[in-house]
Amino acid sequence: MNIVIKDLRFTYPTGLEALRGISLTIAPGEQVAIVGQNGAGKTTLVKHLNGLLQPTQGAIHIGDWDTREHPVSKLAARVGYVFQNPDEQLFSRNVGMEVAFGPKNLGYPVEKVDALVKDALALTELSDKTETNPYDLSSTWRKMVALASIISMDTDIVIFDEPTTGQDAVNVRRIASVIQALRERGKTVITITHDIDFCAENFERVIAMAQGQILLDGPANEVLGQEEILATTYVDPPQLTRLGLRLGLKETVRNQDEFLTAIRK
Amino acid sequence: MAIVTLQNVTYKYPLTETPVLQNVNLQINEGEFVAVIGPNGAGKSTLCYTLAGFVPHFFKGELTGTVEVAGVETHQSSLNEWVLNVGLAFQNPFNQISGAKYTVFEEIAFGLENIGVPREDIRPRVEKALALTGISDLADRSPYSLSGGQQQRVALTSILVMEPKVLVLDEPTSQMDPIGTREVFGVIRTMAERGMTVVLAEHKVEWIAAFADRVVALKDGQVLLDGKPGDVLTSPTLEEAGFGISRYTSTARKAKEMGLWKKDQLPVTLEEAVEGFSLTPSPSPKERGE
Repeated sequence: MNIVIKDLRFTYPTGLEALRGISLTIAPGEQVAIVGQNGAGKTTLVKHLNGLLQPTQGAIHIGDWDTREHPVSKLAARVGYVFQNPDEQLFSRNVGMEVAFGPKNLGYPVEKVDALVKDALALTELSDKTETNPYDLSSTWRKMVALASIISMDTDIVIFDEPTTGQDAVNVRRIASVIQALRERGKTVITITHDIDFCAENFERVIAMAQGQILLDGPANEVLGQEEILATTYVDPPQLTRLGLRLGLKETVRNQDEFLTAIRK
Repeated sequence: MAIVTLQNVTYKYPLTETPVLQNVNLQINEGEFVAVIGPNGAGKSTLCYTLAGFVPHFFKGELTGTVEVAGVETHQSSLNEWVLNVGLAFQNPFNQISGAKYTVFEEIAFGLENIGVPREDIRPRVEKALALTGISDLADRSPYSLSGGQQQRVALTSILVMEPKVLVLDEPTSQMDPIGTREVFGVIRTMAERGMTVVLAEHKVEWIAAFADRVVALKDGQVLLDGKPGDVLTSPTLEEAGFGISRYTSTARKAKEMGLWKKDQLPVTLEEAVEGFSLTPSPSPKERGE
């Protein structure tokens, strides 16, 4: 399912112009990271994809649907959105009910709901916690519940808003493997992140935003090597990219394998 | 001279079975900058609460062992006395902001009002603190109209203004972009240089390596490692125990196995990595297999 955004502008009721002409196409199955300073418009942009916000000008198409013509409740079948803070998203008595809420609401038959829930719980390593109240879990596991409750809706497009904030190394790896699994299933994954190393290691396409506009958009290696342009939106290149630049390596590197290969040349 | 002393500290929250802190022994000297690292659930926040007296005074539960700050034991003190010595900035600023004040300025002044600072002294102290953390322009805004990163600065400022002997910070930049992180670490360093004792729970190891005098690694409520940043942060024990480590460290360790890192000491920061890898000679054509 294609995402096509055409000359999107958005002004908040306060008069703040948060998006100032965004045009963008994301193909089915793409893995895209959006980076940029606080206030660049990242969250405002993705909230347009499932209709939480409506454009002041311009249009967004999700497949053959114009987001202005379909309610959020219908768009939810196409676009899943995992909030930055799980506590703003979770409300059920136990993990199983929480994860079943989405697919049930989409009106899927019981057997399908059960299968989707089982799959989402397995993917997020929560299968042994179905009876637990989400608020009895650590913040690490609450984050996984938030992920599972969106994955269970089996949408073609999944959005993660800052998935690694406040997570430790083990859980960051767990979240990376969930994203990997979604990629293998052909899902489109769009992730907002400040964690530039996480971005470098898990995404093929990177969009850098500043002041409501797109600054850079392209393959990760190209975008993440643009140290000076990224600095204007207060993004530092990934650690190993920076190291490669400082050592004068010819090509831009973004992970350990690429770095070790490059310094042997 | 030790300003903080924890002896055999074990603590259990009410209604839980396993202690979050288990037999923790820790001595922190006046003016020291100590970073506390550990996976989620290791007990970092609980350690911060313990230093700040919230454990046991607010959270109740079961505390054994002794916690002493500036010569006073928590058991023998009340929270109102304790706050004069120790200030804590919460991990989630939303939990810290009082909700009783309309503006950031009033919010920062709240602590000083509570400890009875004369009115004419409050204004200059608040203005100074606002300038220090770079949020003077937010003074008239409502604390709730701010972004997460801005709220974290308000939370930090409202502690700094109290001028505590010991500053305890629980992941103070978790909601900030890199520029915000850099600025806040700059403020923390300034406080440390002025002689304030700083205890910082943090995941961002590159910053810790650059700023802290000492690193304490917590795992399952116990002190796993305690020493100089360069030693603790490059210890293989950390990686095995599931701690987040710098990519410079993990990459140099791999490079060392391959003969591409020549130094004994592994790097934590970019500068250390640049310096070390610059020593790696370009391989001869023969070594490259040509």
